[in-house]
Amino acid sequence: MAGQSRDAAIVGIHEFASRDVEGALSPLQIKAESAAYALTDAGLGWGDVDAVYDAGDGGGMSGLTISEYFGLKPNIIDTTNVGGSSYELHAAHAKQAIAAGKARVALLTYGSTAHSNARAIGVGGRGGGVHPADNMDSFVGMTLVANYAMAAHRHMHEYGTTSEQLAEISVATRMHAMRNPEAVKAMEDLEFLDIRETTITDVVNSRMIADPLHLLECCMISDGGGAVVIAAPEVAKDCRKKPVWILGCGEATKYPEIGGDITTSAAAQSAPVAFAEAGITPAELDIAMIYDSFSITVMTILEDVGFCAKGEGGAWVEGGRLRFDRPDDGPALNTDGGGLSSNHPGMRGIFLLIEATRQLRGESCAQVVDAKLAIAHGNGGMLGSRHCAGTVILGGD
Amino acid sequence: MVDVQRPLPKTHELDTKAFWAATKNEELTYQRCDDCEAVIFYPRRHCTKCLGNSLTWHTATGRGTIYTYSIVRQSYHPFFRDRVPYAVAWIDLDEGPRLLSEIVGVDDPASLEIGQRVKVAWESHEELSVPLFKPE
Repeated sequence: MAGQSRDAAIVGIHEFASRDVEGALSPLQIKAESAAYALTDAGLGWGDVDAVYDAGDGGGMSGLTISEYFGLKPNIIDTTNVGGSSYELHAAHAKQAIAAGKARVALLTYGSTAHSNARAIGVGGRGGGVHPADNMDSFVGMTLVANYAMAAHRHMHEYGTTSEQLAEISVATRMHAMRNPEAVKAMEDLEFLDIRETTITDVVNSRMIADPLHLLECCMISDGGGAVVIAAPEVAKDCRKKPVWILGCGEATKYPEIGGDITTSAAAQSAPVAFAEAGITPAELDIAMIYDSFSITVMTILEDVGFCAKGEGGAWVEGGRLRFDRPDDGPALNTDGGGLSSNHPGMRGIFLLIEATRQLRGESCAQVVDAKLAIAHGNGGMLGSRHCAGTVILGGD
Repeated sequence: MVDVQRPLPKTHELDTKAFWAATKNEELTYQRCDDCEAVIFYPRRHCTKCLGNSLTWHTATGRGTIYTYSIVRQSYHPFFRDRVPYAVAWIDLDEGPRLLSEIVGVDDPASLEIGQRVKVAWESHEELSVPLFKPE
């Protein structure tokens, strides 16, 4: 497209296969293995990397720690940590650094042993924090699931959204997961019961965790990790696979305010910036990789990104519209199986970039025919209180 | 057996310690900027609207409206897991601040409604009280 900047591309990806390492690997080891595979995928080596991006999952002082662990001497060190949206911001910042001529090859990595650690991401209580916001909230027994459920309840109250409509997101995502052998293995390893495609009835009849969110509307807690390599055009042209161009990026924050609207996420701010830079509209997208911590996260973000108007997401997703085999109806959602049914070790944002890249290369297990444009939208923090958004628009070569 | 307590705020956290000190007298307080009159919540040392840093504490009536809520049915926290099901809510105080709390004093939390009027119901502890809410 005329005016579209093609100054940085994803050239290497890897998703760490195991979702249960049984305590035998550390997050750093998962990051290093994933990095090596992603560099191999690109046809590059450690020595080519001159920019590192890290969300601190490998420990403190992460820019330094990860450089030494990998044996790199980067010129750009970026340790932006905004939870699950970190990797969308990393991709945005890598594009900026590469476009400015400050870097040629950027490496993003993620590793987590949340499952092995038996870390209760979703339903744990909260201790008294030292941040003032935490110190106001910690006496309340709000779980992470309840935080998102508060957004879902208000969405239902304002717009008449139903549990059946929210369940569409779980059903489409599980359908995609069942086509992905790594997702099926993940569900087996994490001892999911009755692993199969689901129906809307299955979802709304599953156990209530925090009203109105049911079990099958909540993501899994897995081990996992991955890596993404982003390169300048002159590097990308010699890589093993076709480049996937980063066409536009946006980032934003959202937090509780007097009279604030919990049904609108930071995506409403970040997405328009990304679309403007990419020079495209939501209707042109083939693939929607949307952070699915919970069904309501996706419903909210689909509206905020602009696939439909605020409050119309419930009707918009009805009838299996989000399935990969319905390309005429708009984008396919989370074609890898998502955080709901494939991979959620705590910060899923890197997998959004990875699966979007697979789709634009033609390598997905739920491949959309001739997919050309994708959105990867990460949501970090908590939808129902304070969170960060990162939007990345990707285009095939 | 150890008696498991509700997790309590730190009384020494510098931005919020005055708020929690007032709760000992069952006063629910918030700040307003002397220069631009913006209501500031959670408590801070500076105004987030203008560049002022002169804020005055006010005491709220403790009355407000449920903006949204959820019923927690599963918690792994040693205190809260024995309380399920219970309702957590974002409450809009009549004076403006939106705060997170728990709704008590209802037999069935599913009977609560968004928009319902609530008032503060203090739960006393040694050094402070925590502002829970109950239907008005």
